[in-house]
Amino acid sequence: MRTRHRSFDLRELLRRSSVVLILLALCVVLTLLSNRFLTASNLLNVALQTSIMAIVAIGMTFTILTGGIDLSVGSVVALCGALAAGLIVRDGLNTYLAIGLALLVGGALGVVSGLLIVKGNIPPFVATLSVMAVGRGLTLVYTQGRPIAGLGESFVFWGTGKVGPIPVPVLILALVFVGAYVVLTRTRFGLYVYAIGGNEETARLAGINTEWIKIAVYVVSGLTSALTGVLLTARLWSAQPTAGVGLELDAIAAPVLGGTSLFGGVGSVGGTLVGAFIMGVLSNGLNLLEVSAYYQRVIKGVVFILAVMLDLYTKRRRR
Amino acid sequence: MDYDDFVLRMERISKQFPGVQALDDVTFRVARGEIHALVGENGAGKSTLMKILTGAIPCDSGQIILRGQEVEIDSPGRAQQLGISMIHQELALIPYLNIGQNIYLGREPRGRLPGLIAWSQLYSQAQGQLARLNMDLDPLTLVVDLPIAQQQMVEVAKALSFNADIIVMDEPTSALTERETDTLFEVMRTLKAQGVTIIFISHRLEEVFEIADRVTVLRDGRLIGVAPITEVSTDDVVRMMVGRELGEMYPKQTVARQDVVLRVQGLTRGNELRDVSLELRRGEILGVAGLVGAGRTPLARALFGIDPIERGEIWVDGQAVRINSPRTAIRLGMGFVPEDRKEQGLFLGMAVRENITIGVLDRKSILGFLRFRELDRLAEGYVQQLDIRTPSLRQRVRNLSGGNQQKVVIARWLTLHPKILILDEPTRGIDVGAKAEIHALMNRLAGEGVGIIMISSELPEILGISDRILVMRQGQIVGEFTRQEATQDAIMLCAAGGRGNAH
Repeated sequence: MRTRHRSFDLRELLRRSSVVLILLALCVVLTLLSNRFLTASNLLNVALQTSIMAIVAIGMTFTILTGGIDLSVGSVVALCGALAAGLIVRDGLNTYLAIGLALLVGGALGVVSGLLIVKGNIPPFVATLSVMAVGRGLTLVYTQGRPIAGLGESFVFWGTGKVGPIPVPVLILALVFVGAYVVLTRTRFGLYVYAIGGNEETARLAGINTEWIKIAVYVVSGLTSALTGVLLTARLWSAQPTAGVGLELDAIAAPVLGGTSLFGGVGSVGGTLVGAFIMGVLSNGLNLLEVSAYYQRVIKGVVFILAVMLDLYTKRRRR
Repeated sequence: MDYDDFVLRMERISKQFPGVQALDDVTFRVARGEIHALVGENGAGKSTLMKILTGAIPCDSGQIILRGQEVEIDSPGRAQQLGISMIHQELALIPYLNIGQNIYLGREPRGRLPGLIAWSQLYSQAQGQLARLNMDLDPLTLVVDLPIAQQQMVEVAKALSFNADIIVMDEPTSALTERETDTLFEVMRTLKAQGVTIIFISHRLEEVFEIADRVTVLRDGRLIGVAPITEVSTDDVVRMMVGRELGEMYPKQTVARQDVVLRVQGLTRGNELRDVSLELRRGEILGVAGLVGAGRTPLARALFGIDPIERGEIWVDGQAVRINSPRTAIRLGMGFVPEDRKEQGLFLGMAVRENITIGVLDRKSILGFLRFRELDRLAEGYVQQLDIRTPSLRQRVRNLSGGNQQKVVIARWLTLHPKILILDEPTRGIDVGAKAEIHALMNRLAGEGVGIIMISSELPEILGISDRILVMRQGQIVGEFTRQEATQDAIMLCAAGGRGNAH
C-alpha cells in the first residue's frame, strides 16, 4: 500500500509539472526562433493578452470541476462589455455603477444557465449553448451591431492602465487567481465543487445541496466572464459586438491543458493558469513568427484535441 | 422425456475470482428440449456459470460439450454462432428503434445497392420470428411503446433469429405481472415444443415448479443436486439452497425494548413499494430480507428521501414528517449506507479525510473556510475507532480495500450521530474479518440507542444480528419474524412465495 501510494504521487507530480515543462519548452523554442520573444515588453504583452482569457478560464474551471461546462462565456463577455460601455456612453452612468451592473448581469446569466441545468435537467452543453446564442443576440440588439466607443479615462484605465510596470488586467488576473485558489482549496464550497464532480450521487446522498452548488459555479463563470468583458472593452477603448467570439475554445482548452478533467472532480486553478499561458505564449509566438491568423486557429484546435486526448488517456489510467 | 439425451454438458467447471471460489467443480447437464431451472441463493454461482456458457468470462478448468462436441466458447459472438443465446434481466433493446430493427440490429438484410437495407425482407423475417412465439405484434412498432413483457418477447425473437436452440433466461419474470408471466410461460412451452432448450434462472420457486422439467441447485459455488421437478418438493429445494448451519459467528447482545424512533404507514411507490408499514425502535436492528427485486432497496431509498413516494406517512420520534430529499432525512437524524458504495457512497478520487468529514463541514468551518486541523482530528478519531487501515488521511479512498472503504462510508454517517441508520447490503464483497468488525460496530451502535435497518441478501447475516426480521416480496412486506422464531428455511420460503408468516 505504501509503495503504491508513493509511486502514484510521483506520477501525479510528473503529470502536473509536465504542463509547466511544456510551457518552459515552448518559451525556449520561441526564444531560439525569434529574438523579439524574450524581451520585457513582449512578456508583459503576453501577460496582458493572456490575462483576458485566463480570467474566463478560471471561471470555466469551476464549471468543469463539477462535470459541467459553460459555452456561453464569449457571449457573456460581449454582452457585459457592451452593457458597461453603453451605460456609460449612452446613459451617462458612473463608471463603477456601470461596471457593477455589468457584473450583476453576468452573474444573472450564470443563474439562468444554472437553473436550466439543475431545474430543467438540460445537459450543461445544451443549456449554455442556448445562453450563448441568446447572449450574442442580445449583444447585437443592444449595440445595433456597431461598436460603442467614446469611453472616458476612468473606464479605459481598467484595460490600459498600469500599476508600476504591471498592466491592470494582469493584476486583476492575479487577484482572481488567488481568490479562486483559496476558494477551491480552503473553503467548504470548493470542496463541494470537487465532491460533486467526483461523484454527484454520493454528494447528494451525503446531504450536500448539489443544486445550489451547481448553480453557483455558473454564477462564478458568469461573473468572471462579465469582468473580462469590462476589461476587454476598456482595453480596446470600445465595446465590440463580436468580442469574445470563439473564446470558449481557449477558455476550455486552458483548464484541460492544465490537468482539469472534463469528467469533473480533478483539476486545479494553478493548472488552468499554466494552461492559459501555454495558449497565450503559443498565440504570441505564432504572431512573432508571422503565422497567419487563419492557421493559428487550426493550430489551437489541434492543441485542444491533444489536451482532451491526454485527459481521456489519464482517465483510463485512473480506472 | 429422455434426460440422458444431453444437448449441453458443462463438466467439472471451476472458476476463481480474487478471494472467492465462485464455482468449484460444477457439472451441469441439460437435456434436449427441456426447461431446466437453475436455482440458488445470491452468490451461489448461477450467473458465473451462465457467463461462462455464453462466453462472457472464461472458466479456469472444465469442459463444455455441446451436442456431443467439445467446444471452446471464448466470446459472446462465439456462443451465438453455437446457438446459445441469453436474455438478460436488464433488456438490451434500443428504445427508439422498432421491433424489426431491434431484432436484426447489425445483421440487416442487404438491399440491391450497397449501403441500402432490404426493409420489406427484414420486416417479413421479423414477423416470422414473432409468429413462432404466437405473438401478434407489428414489427414496425417502436420498442419504447411496448410493455416490458412484450419487450422481453422481442428479446426472445431476437435470440431465435440467431437460430439459437439453447436460450438462457436470467430472472425473466422479475419485472412481469402475473398475467404477463403466464404469457411468457406460454411462449416457453411453445418453444419447448419446437425443440428449443431453455435454461431458466429464477428465485421464485413457485414458478420453477410450474414451468421447469428439472431443477439444478447450486450453493456456494458447488453443485448440490439435480432432480426432475416431480420428484422434489419446495421444501426440499429450499433446504438444498440454504443448507448450512449457523455458526457462532454473530455474537448478539440484546437491548431492552425502547421507544419507537421510526414509524412508517402505507408507503407506496408504483410496483416497487406497495403499502409498506413498519416500526423501528431505538437500539433495534431490523433485518430486511427478500430476493433481488423484492423492493428492499426502494424501501431504503424512499425512507431516505431519494425517490419520491406516492402515498404513505412517516413519523420520526412520533412527529409526522415529509422526507423529500436526503438533506431532509439527514436533518431528521437518518443515515444511509447504500448498496453500491463505489457509485453512491464514496468519492473515490478524494482523500480519506474529506470522505469522512464532508457531512459535517458546516460545523467544521468558519465563514465557509475549512478548519483543516479540526477535520484531521475528527477523521483521525474515526480511523482509529473503526480501525480503518490506510497509510494516511490523505490517501485516496480508491486505493483502500472494500472493507476499509465501507468503514469510511459508515464513519461519515457516524460524524453526524444519526438516530436511524439504514444499511443496504453493508457487507457485500467484503472479506470475513472486516465483515465481523462491521457487525460488531452495528451491535455497538444499537447498544448506544441507534435504530438500525439492515437490508441483506445473506440469510446467515440477517439471522445472526437482527432483533427482528421483515421479509419483502414484490414490493410488499410478506412476513415478520422475531429473532427466536426465524430460520433460514422459513425466511427463504416466505421470500420465494411459499408458505409464509404473513400478517
